[in-house]
Amino acid sequence: MENFTPYSAVIGGALLGTAATLLLWLNGQIAGISGIFQGAIKMHSPDRLWRIFFLAGLVCGGALCLQIMGPSFTPRDNFSLLLLLIAGILVGFGSRIGNGCTSGHGVCGLGRNSGRSAVATVTFFSVALATTFIVRHVLGGIS
Amino acid sequence: MVNPEKVLAFLDITGNWDPSLALVMGGAVAVTLLTFRRILCLPRPLFASHFQIPGNDAIDMPLLGGAAIFGIGWGISGYCPGPAVASLTFGSYEPAIFIIAFIVGNFLAILWQGPKVEPIAEH
Repeated sequence: MENFTPYSAVIGGALLGTAATLLLWLNGQIAGISGIFQGAIKMHSPDRLWRIFFLAGLVCGGALCLQIMGPSFTPRDNFSLLLLLIAGILVGFGSRIGNGCTSGHGVCGLGRNSGRSAVATVTFFSVALATTFIVRHVLGGIS
Repeated sequence: MVNPEKVLAFLDITGNWDPSLALVMGGAVAVTLLTFRRILCLPRPLFASHFQIPGNDAIDMPLLGGAAIFGIGWGISGYCPGPAVASLTFGSYEPAIFIIAFIVGNFLAILWQGPKVEPIAEH
């Protein structure tokens, strides 16, 4: 438990929840990043503009935080590129089929008491836990 | 949570466990549980004509399968879409690669499933 950062974690989480709150209250949209992204890049997108703005805000928010608070971690540089690509494809595939991700189902879905989102959240958390266990402790870790 | 190793440190429960991600989720859901119900009681959002909430309540194979596949990718890499986009400017190539792969996975899902239209409960 040596890297446990409870205060920044709760504050960061609360900021995420606030962002989702604002998007719902102001724009009437669910802050599910996978859905927002897909809607931004698809060919016929009637509401592309707010999506682009939201994603730009996400990038800028991150950049701003980095600027103000400085780097909080050193990015790893030994992770298998192939595995990263596979993981990204799985996340892209799964979030589309399952209609959501950690922000859509986890933050927003749970917030609006959606049983469907609760099931999705429990599912991807438990599968992720099992996957990490297998990758790190059964397959001996990957780099 | 833009640091994938910090996400993996949470998911790696038998390893050097870092519970931080749970507090991130907890903090986020604590806020949305308080606010979403109240907001959805409003007649309309402030700057839009209506709310766009998913209208599908079914717990079906696509939901379970999709969430499981998402979980595998997340559990391998420690990345999910939000943090990847947020950390694009942080100096590592990983988020950009992940996002490109995400788009490919997206496209494969569309090929597999067809351009589905999710029902929106507009109110």
